[in-house]
This record gives sequence, structure tokens and C-alpha cells, in this order.
Amino acid sequence: MGMRRYSAFAVAREAARYHQGWARAWDSPAPKAHYDVIVIGAGGHGLATAYYLGKTHGVKNVAVIEKGWLGGGNTGRNTTIIRSNYLQDPSAALYEKARSLYETLSQDLNYNIMFSPRGVIMLAQTEHEVRGWKRTAQANALQGIPTEFIGPRRVKELVPIMNIHGPRYPVLGGLWQARGGTARHDAVAWGLARACSAMGMDIIQNCEVTAIRSEGGQVKGIETTKGAISCGKLAIVVAGHSGVLAEMAGFRLPIESVALQALVSEPIKPCMDVVVMANTVHGYMSQSDKGEMVIGGGADGFNNYTQRGSFQHVEETVRALCETFPIISRLKMLRQWGGIVDMTGDRSPILSKTPLGNCFINCGWGTGGFKAIPGSGWAMAQLVAKGEPGPLAAAFGLERFREGRFIDESVAAGVAH
Amino acid sequence: MLSLRCPYCGVEAEETELAPGGEAHLVRQGPGSSDEDFETYLFLRENPKGVHFERWRHAHGCGKWFHAARCTVTLEVFGTYSAQVSAPPEDILAAIDARRPGWRREGPR
Repeated sequence: MGMRRYSAFAVAREAARYHQGWARAWDSPAPKAHYDVIVIGAGGHGLATAYYLGKTHGVKNVAVIEKGWLGGGNTGRNTTIIRSNYLQDPSAALYEKARSLYETLSQDLNYNIMFSPRGVIMLAQTEHEVRGWKRTAQANALQGIPTEFIGPRRVKELVPIMNIHGPRYPVLGGLWQARGGTARHDAVAWGLARACSAMGMDIIQNCEVTAIRSEGGQVKGIETTKGAISCGKLAIVVAGHSGVLAEMAGFRLPIESVALQALVSEPIKPCMDVVVMANTVHGYMSQSDKGEMVIGGGADGFNNYTQRGSFQHVEETVRALCETFPIISRLKMLRQWGGIVDMTGDRSPILSKTPLGNCFINCGWGTGGFKAIPGSGWAMAQLVAKGEPGPLAAAFGLERFREGRFIDESVAAGVAH
Repeated sequence: MLSLRCPYCGVEAEETELAPGGEAHLVRQGPGSSDEDFETYLFLRENPKGVHFERWRHAHGCGKWFHAARCTVTLEVFGTYSAQVSAPPEDILAAIDARRPGWRREGPR
């Protein structure tokens, strides 16, 4: 399908004819019998994989298969934070690629993803965090990623509503990335889907994969609730359900799935124009364009596929944030929800070939996948198209667990990833 | 909120009283084991969508480790049992059979 561009002219044209001419943003075709590449999972990472397969590598006979609805998993359940201030070089490179792609993604996709580089502060509330963030700032300087360690007075200037003298969680400083920020999560999924559809790719929703077919150690296709589909290559990009798909493909992953929660308040007047993360208390907060305070909490400690999360984690997060942000203490919370995050042993993602030939996996983004969507898709598309990882994905192979080459971000980023 | 009965002190403990300890019945590997065995022991997990055998500690109670059989989708608990075993006992397996006919009983691959 040809895509009609969105523009000010298009708005005027449609206004003149009572908005009768807007086309569907993407098609919903029935699956064909064969595709060169099937991507399982129409979340941000799966759609970005398909998008860059077409855009960068010219692979356009692609289907994106989705069990539920487009962007209805973690892409629609996160707190939309974008940053790249990671400690380890491979992570910093991958997340910075993503952050830089986000800057021009609206123009690339001709779809406003509302990228807002408003700045991200990661608070230091213990002496250990002060030292840790100073170290990360130095590492970022060497990686060419502009971040700086700022003192409590500068934090207070950036976030006047913050109480920096809390008795339990005083603010001792923070790691400031001015070019981090947020984007509109649904728009990222919708914009990518529209661009994929415009390239002739098929996005097939409400289609659950029930089996993966292989012959002689090579993937041949998938069985789905809409019938069998054969493929040349298969990319599994399903976050929390990675273990379920890996079992169908006949291998195991170093991953455990847990529930991570978020909540939003009633809308209030603009009061905070940066993103604040407080890793010591497992809480992070930003204000949406609608005025809601968007709050992310901690993850459950046990394996869980419920998309709910335990109440006490919300309580812990909100209790701690109330000390740091006294003005939120009387806010009503509107909604709470959970997503299933795929946690690896070193808290870094997996972009890898698998024991099954021509089957590739992109998973393990854990609590911090949204910020990585374009970079993840870019690197995954290269892996799928060439059959070998490029420089961005090379360090993130499955073999690193066997070989002991961890990309240890569990210390660097904590749970608020 | 998830609650589990501690098989040692008999207390019906809420989640906040307990500390989760991950997948149960992992075979511990020591010196002389292969890289593959050690990777399996340290990192590879069943992570099932369904019946899961796991370790818990009654942290704010008697302090003892124990085992639980639980569904990761519904949070239904099939039973808790002693930490002194290397496989789930028959009565736990029977309880799961009753609630989840046809579940994969052979355990970890």
C-alpha cells in the first residue's frame, strides 16, 4: 500500500472535506504462505527490526506476527524514558545509537512520536550512588556521551518541587543527561507499523504462534492460530514470553520473567519538566503532556506472567517518592498496570543467533527496553539480514553467559533501568 | 497478595514476610564441571508459563528455606514442601495433576 504523507497540507485538505479521506495507517492482511523473514512480536523492538530490515537492508517480504494487538505488551506499559548514560561500553554504544535515532525518528517515519529531550536526572541518595554516578559520568565522557554529575543545588534548580533534605533519602546529587527524555510510546509502535506497512510488509495481529517448524537444525516456518506460514529466517522479539518461544524452538534462555509495575496520577498543572529517577527507592517519575505524573515502580522478585504486580511494590515506591516530592502526597492515582519483563543474569539484553539455524532472538531488555527500540531494531535487522551480528550487537550474544563475558549493568543501573 | 504456608513453622505467610529464591531443584555444579554444565546451573532457567517449582525463605519468620509449587499465570499455589528434597514429592505432583491435567510432568529438560 502506498502511504499518504502526513503534513500540514494534509490536515488542511482533510479539514476541507470533513476528514473523510484519511486512510488506515496500516493494513491488516491475512498471512501469506511464505515470507523471507518472519518477526514474532509487534512491539516496538519487533516493528523496529522489520522497519530497519526494509529501510537499511532492502528485505521487504516480511511479516510481523502478533499474539495480541500492536504495541499492547511492554511497549504500551512502560514509563517512556529515553537515556543512554550506561556504564559499560557495549551498552552505552547500543543505547546511544537508539537515543540518537529517536531524535530524528518522527521525520524518518513521517509520524510524530513526540520525542521530548527534556533531560533525565538519576538521583544519588547514598554515598555509594554518588561514587557510582561519578564513575558513570567519567565512563560516559570516554564514550562520547554528554552527561555530568551535578550537585544537590543544581538538582533543586532543575526540579524545584523536590525536597533535597529528606531525612531518609537526602538528595546528594545526580547524574544528568540533558539529551535524554521521553517519547510517546503508542506513537512509536504506530509510526513504525505504518512505515512497515507502507514498505509492503504484513502486520498480522491476533495471531498466536503455537509451534516453530524446523528441518535439519534449520528453521522452516511457524504454526499459528491463523495457519502455517513458512519463512527463510525467523526473528523472535517477544520480551516477557521469550522463554515460551525459545522452548518451541528447542533451546533454553538465561532469562526469568517477572512483573514490573507503573502508575499514573490524576493530571495536574505543569510542575516538573525533566525525568527524575531514584534508584535507591526503585522509583522514577516524569510528567506527561496531559499533566499526569507517570511513576514507575520496582519489579516483583518471583517468576510471574500476570501483568499485575504486587501491591507492596507500589506502596514502597510511592512512600519513598512522597518524601522526595512532598507535593504528590495528596495526588489521586488514576491507573496502575504491570508488564512482564525478561530479566537476564547480567541485566543486559540478548541479540543473538540461536542453536536453531536462521532463527535469531532479541530479548532480555528487562526493565528498560523502550529507550532502546530504534537501536535494538537497527542492530537486530543487521543480525537477521547478514546472519552475523554487527559491531553493536556482537557483545550481546547468548554465548557470553557460557564464556563469562558479562555486560554487567546490574550494578550500574539497578532496577530502574 | 501471594501467600504461602511455611512447611516448617506452619505459618500462612504473606509475600512481604517471604523472600523469593528462584527456580528450585537446580543441580549444583562444582570444580571439574564443563562450561555448559556451569552455564546451565548458573543462568539457564525453565521460566515456564504455568507450573513452577521454586525456592522461598521464610525471611521474617522462622528463617527457613522451603520449596513451593506455584502457577506463574494465576499465582495459584499447589503446595509447599521441604527444602530437603531434590525433586517435588508425589503428593505435590498429584495436587498439580488434579488442577492442571496434562501438564508436563517430566520436569526440566
